[in-house]
Order: sequence, then structure tokens, then C-alpha cells
Amino acid sequence: MIKRAFECFRQLNINCVAFLAVLPLFVFTFMFVIGPLIYMLVLSFLQRAEVWGIVNKFTFKNYMDIFEPVYLKTFIESFKLAITTTILIMIIGYPFGYFMAKLDAKWKKRMMLLIFIPFWTSSLIRLYGWIIIFRANGILDKLLMALNITEEPLKLLYTYPAVVVGMIYVLLPFMIFSVYSSAEKLDWSLVEAARDLGASSMQAFFTISLKLTLPGLLSGVVLTFIPSMGLFFIADILGGNKVVLVGNLIQEQLMKAHNWPFAAALSVVLMILTSVMIYIYRRISNVKELEGLV
Amino acid sequence: MKNNTRLANIYLGFILALMYLPIIIVIVYSFNSSKISSVWGGFSFKWYKELLRDKSMFDAVVNSLILASTSSILAAIIGTLAAVGMPKVNLPGKGVVEYLSTLPIMIPEIILGMVFLTYFSLIRLPFGMLTLVIAHTSFCIPYVYMLVKARLVGIDKSLAEAAKDLGASEIRVFFDITLPLILPAILSGMLLSFAMSLDDVVISIFVTGVNTNTLPIKIYTQLRTGVTPKINALSTLMLGANLLICLLSVWIGKQGSHHKEYLEMEGN
Repeated sequence: MIKRAFECFRQLNINCVAFLAVLPLFVFTFMFVIGPLIYMLVLSFLQRAEVWGIVNKFTFKNYMDIFEPVYLKTFIESFKLAITTTILIMIIGYPFGYFMAKLDAKWKKRMMLLIFIPFWTSSLIRLYGWIIIFRANGILDKLLMALNITEEPLKLLYTYPAVVVGMIYVLLPFMIFSVYSSAEKLDWSLVEAARDLGASSMQAFFTISLKLTLPGLLSGVVLTFIPSMGLFFIADILGGNKVVLVGNLIQEQLMKAHNWPFAAALSVVLMILTSVMIYIYRRISNVKELEGLV
Repeated sequence: MKNNTRLANIYLGFILALMYLPIIIVIVYSFNSSKISSVWGGFSFKWYKELLRDKSMFDAVVNSLILASTSSILAAIIGTLAAVGMPKVNLPGKGVVEYLSTLPIMIPEIILGMVFLTYFSLIRLPFGMLTLVIAHTSFCIPYVYMLVKARLVGIDKSLAEAAKDLGASEIRVFFDITLPLILPAILSGMLLSFAMSLDDVVISIFVTGVNTNTLPIKIYTQLRTGVTPKINALSTLMLGANLLICLLSVWIGKQGSHHKEYLEMEGN
């Protein structure tokens, strides 16, 4: 490759200029994407040293360890949380994206901008807002007590529901964008035709609109489910030490336990799970690109 | 049929209000003179003044800005060159490399963080700004690459051909025709990268050195250990900066689409 690059400098024809143009991406991808991923795979089969570091000896132990009850429980908990979050996001986000697609052009643009702004602002800062709301004797507690809905402060911060709210809050835009992008392309005359032929608005929705926006809904599910397995900082900030996810486990193994091979094995499993999700999604929706991703 | 019912519009408004609620609360409390965030002690600029005096906070801001601008510029160069060159190049496995280069935004952030941490220590790179820049560039490239690629598809190919027929070299065509047309896409890709880099905490935590703090890392550690109201003030400033970048990017995008409309009109 290097030889070819030198040749190119001398010749400078179209093919060679193009080759020089893509060279940086190739080199970067090989050095800093493929290399690290391969090392992760290798690392997951190595042994950890007694105190610090890695011993170059092949072992399956790291993968076996995942099936220990403590760690297995974390995986199951993570899955449960991811499923809960994804279902709630679906319920909240689908109507939002769908209704948004029905707005007129001017409002569509405004809505896009209005959703983009919080989406682009630091998720940490937005989560911090929820800390202020959920804090014991914070805004929510005071409001609920003033309205006589609860007698005592709920103390929602550092609980499971707080983490769920945080997850929904951070990931909701992905669902909205995906549903919106497929609902926007929906041919509304089909819905009208169904109505003219006597279908109720519900029937028309379920037989036509829902079916045609299903790819968007599915890509929304993939886009929310995958990150919700790994967003350890939400569980950390809003859940205290009470909610431990696969993400938290990986972080702990890396930074505190210094068991890198085990962390690598956990990551490999998490990556396989997410790849399977994407694969299943592609099979059922027959869409090559994840809609709404860019 | 295509119009929303009133209930649907109320729903849109309600969810939107919930999205903005935490942000507004942070902003409001940044002007709260009381040290306890659940008590309102009156309006003041106290925390902004204290923020200005905080040296470590200032360093973190500078670090974050250096990091975000370096990685978005690097990503713009690598991503744009590749997006322009890719359709014209004959290389085995270019589709695979193209796919792999977008992996950093597809896989969970935590995996990317862990992968970089172990890899950088394997190849003995000193943890700090260098490792931060490499890691951030890796997830910025896909944004630029994908946006520029999408823009290239929409460009009228006859323009470049006409220039070539008139004797312009490949390089001349790139600088005179292609580059001006894809510039909006490059800029919005860069701004998106800048915002993503400025916001990233997960990957940064893994690849930063002991002495290099970025703003999100600083906020994250403070949120976990104990919050001073200074964070409110800092957050409000960051919100403002982010809003500015966001609006700028939308504006640039608009310029691009005007340009496109203009070209389409010319074509008719």
C-alpha cells in the first residue's frame, strides 16, 4: 500500500488521486477501529495476572464467569431495564413522531428544531435537571405534597423509576426521529381511501398507517435498545449504587477490579447481542440502512 | 385526515414541555443565590462569578474546546477526502472498510471506551490529550463521512463533466466545483462532530489521563460526589454554547439547501 502511495505521487492520475484521498480513512480505520476490536477479542481469551496486568495464556474462563449468578443477574437486570425502557419509549415516542408527521410543513420544521436542541445539549446537564426534580424534598416532592397527592416526600432519586425516567429522557429523540421519518413518507391518500370505504379511524390506523410506519418503529426500537444496555452513567447518576447494568459492570471491571480480560469478554457478549438485534431487525424490515440514523 | 386533532396537538406540546423542563430548571437555579438547590434564595449572579475564579474549571473548558476543535477538523479532513474518493477508487474490500469505519457510532459507547483503553495501553500511547483526540476523531469521522456522502449523491454530475470537458484537471474540478457544493455538508458534519465531542463523557472517562480533565468529565465527577451550585452556572453557559452551535448548523444546512434549490431551478 505504501509502495502504491509513492507510485501515485509520481503519476497523479484519477485513480491514484482517489486512492490518496481514501488512504487516511483506511489507515485510521485499520489502526484505531479494526485493531482495537481485534485486540478486544484476543484479550477476552487471555488470563488476568495475579495482581495487575494480563498473562498471555489462552482460556475460556472469562466467558464461563459470565454465567456466575452474580453476573448473569446483571445481564438479566440490564435486559429487563432495556426492554422496559424501549416499550415505554415506544408508547410515548410513536404517537409523537406520528402526530408530528401530520403537522403542516412550517410546524414540522419548528418541531424538528425544538427536539434537536435538547438532543444536542449535554445529556449530563439534562440529567442534572432531573436530579434537582427528583431529589428528596426537591421540586417533585414539594409539588406532590402541595397538591395533597402524597403525604411524605417520595425520595425518588436513586431509585429504579428514576433511572427509567432518565433512560427514556435521553433516548426518546431516537424513536421520535425514526417514526417521524417513516410517517412523513406515508401516503395519506391510502388512509383516506380506507376511510371512504367505511373503515373506522382506528381500523384505518391499524391496517394502514401502523403497517407502513413499522420500519420506522423498528429502527427506533433498535436505536433505543442498543444504547440502553450500555448507558452506565445514567444508572450511576440517577440510580446511585442500586441499579447495576452491564455497562456499570464493564466499567467496574475495567477501572476498579482491573480485570481487563473479563471486561473484554463482557463487551464481546454485549456486542454480539447488539449485532443480533441489528441482524434480526434487518431481516424483518428488509431495510438496508437504519432509518433516521443520519 | 391529515390534520391533527386538538388532543394530538396537546400531546405534542406536553411531551415537548417535559423535554425542556429539566433544562429550564437548571437555568433557573443557576441564578439562585441559596446554596441548597431546593430552596429559592433570590436572584443573583454569585455562581457565575465564582465560576470565573475557578482555575481548574477554566482548564477543563480549554481542554474541551481544544479536543472538540482538533477532532472535528481531523474528522472533516479524513471524512471528506474519503467520501469524495470512495466512489472513484478501485480497492478490494472498500465496502468492508466503509462499514467498519462507521462502527464507532453503531456500537455502544461503553464498548468503544473499553476497547480504546485496552488498545492504547497495549501500544503504549500516553493517556491524555493525544488519546482523547484519537478516540473522539474515530466517532466524529462517520458523521462527516455520511453527511458528505449523502450530499455528493444529490449533486448534478454534469457540472463536473462540463468542467472536465473544458479541460479542468481532476484536482481543479474538486476545488472549483465539488468542494463549494459539498461545503455545507462538511460544515454541518463538523459542527455535529464538535457538539458530540463536547458532550462525550463515556468514552472520555476511559481514555483520559490523570491530569487531563474535560468539561463533561468534571461535571460527571461533581454530580457523583457532591454538587456545588457552580455546576448550574456552568451548565447554563454550556447550554448557551450548544444552542449557538445547533442554530449555526441549521442555518448552514439551510444555506446549502437554498443553493441546491437554486441549482435545480437553473436546471429546469
